[in-house]
Amino acid sequence: MTESAAMAGTRDACFEFRGATQTLTVLELRYFDMEMFEKNLRDKIRQAPNFFRDLPLVIGLDQYEGNLADLDFFQLIGCCRTHSIQVLGVRGGDEDVRRLARNASLAWLPAGRAGHPLPDPAEGDTAEAATEAHADSDAAPGAGKVVTQPVRSGQQVYAPEGDLIIMAPVGAGAEVLAAGHIHIYGPLRGRALAGVHGDSNASIFCQSLEAELVSVAGHYKISEDLQDSGWREPARVRLNGDALVVDPLGR
Amino acid sequence: MARIIVVTSGKGGVGKTTTSASISTGLAQKGYKTAVIDFDVGLRNLDLIMNCERRVVYDFVNVIQGEATLNQALIRDKRVDNLYILPASQTRDKEALTHEGVEKVLNEMSETFDYLVCDSPAGIEHGALMSLYFADEAIVVTNPEVSSVRDSDRILGILQSKSRRAERGDDPVKEHLLLTRYNHERVERGEMLSIEDVNDILSIPLLGVIPESQAVLNASNQGAPVILDEDTEAGQAYEDAVARLLGEERELRFLDPQKKGFLKRMFGG
Repeated sequence: MTESAAMAGTRDACFEFRGATQTLTVLELRYFDMEMFEKNLRDKIRQAPNFFRDLPLVIGLDQYEGNLADLDFFQLIGCCRTHSIQVLGVRGGDEDVRRLARNASLAWLPAGRAGHPLPDPAEGDTAEAATEAHADSDAAPGAGKVVTQPVRSGQQVYAPEGDLIIMAPVGAGAEVLAAGHIHIYGPLRGRALAGVHGDSNASIFCQSLEAELVSVAGHYKISEDLQDSGWREPARVRLNGDALVVDPLGR
Repeated sequence: MARIIVVTSGKGGVGKTTTSASISTGLAQKGYKTAVIDFDVGLRNLDLIMNCERRVVYDFVNVIQGEATLNQALIRDKRVDNLYILPASQTRDKEALTHEGVEKVLNEMSETFDYLVCDSPAGIEHGALMSLYFADEAIVVTNPEVSSVRDSDRILGILQSKSRRAERGDDPVKEHLLLTRYNHERVERGEMLSIEDVNDILSIPLLGVIPESQAVLNASNQGAPVILDEDTEAGQAYEDAVARLLGEERELRFLDPQKKGFLKRMFGG
């Protein structure tokens, strides 16, 4: 992920610029008809009101079929606002669109690659659907944390952002946690918890699985349940649906 | 400036006091002015092993509280020159070891001694933390069994986070592993962890391996550090450990009693 695209000023400066990547919902507009638009929007919101409340939204124009010059941004934004959706900007279109966006106080983003349509939020619990959608494409930010010393019994190492890389053993009674993946270049004898903020794509990698407990996004297994597959072997622990699975590494 | 060495383990009964007595005696024998300090306030044993329990007038806590001077409290060993014992108080509790008090005493001793050996109490409570806080080096005494190794791992973590060197961001405390009560036959039978097993878990340099021996028990009952018993394997193993502590390279001995002569020829040079 982009880290510190631009650093401004010194330590004393009251702010600094940082590069960041955020997953946003894009409304891919095919055509605009005020009545149809409002009706469709209302239907969607009724299915998943929590998902849409204060949703930051980008209007995507990559698939727009009509004449962009005729598109009334003010009407579109107003309609979104009345339904508590916050339009941040416009993606795609030409210089004219850019000018129109500026007039409507919207940010303009260059045309992106065609994103895959979001899973219909109505299908799952709405709030959960939102987090999952974010977790999906939003890999952990930052370069993570690298530890070169053994993690001893009673010690805890936590990487609140990104991955945790440990180039030494993790002792019994030690605990390592990360928002992203956990890599251990040594035996894992303590507890390892990956994806502690709910990233179900996180994995735990270790050179010898002898853990007291492994957990990915809150789903855990204790030592007793790990004996049958990959015990004392190089392994990856990942989440498959709701089940933790242990895959052998490099064999 | 004296070099401060803490002898610690986490677990009790693994041989900390025996080790403190022998290591300090060994250092003094090599000509270094050495003091061994008992931090086990309330459960003092060091004076017994050093055979000076009848000569204790003042103790560590008296010095901390200003009731006695350091010279009044230090007991000079009768067998080895350059060796002094600072006994613990038997009637106080560990809280008497205040941070400032310990620091003041260690600073004063640092001026005249070459080595200060701190005999840590078991556990990870105040007394143990005080004994390791000021350390430059640590001898982690471990028996080849799972619970002892686990506790040693814990103590190593504390050394890395709670010592003065860690807090100041200086060079880390130099760690040494001393494996005591090592019994080759029991390792062979799978009743004890092997040196490799322990090394694999703790991954710190090995200072020595002291074989399990009746001589150790005899020595402590007689009030003589086992290192003075030069005919015993345990005594010689401690002598090796002291030499390694001082930077000498020595091969491990006495790992296999039956093949001792053979091993000696193979590795001893």
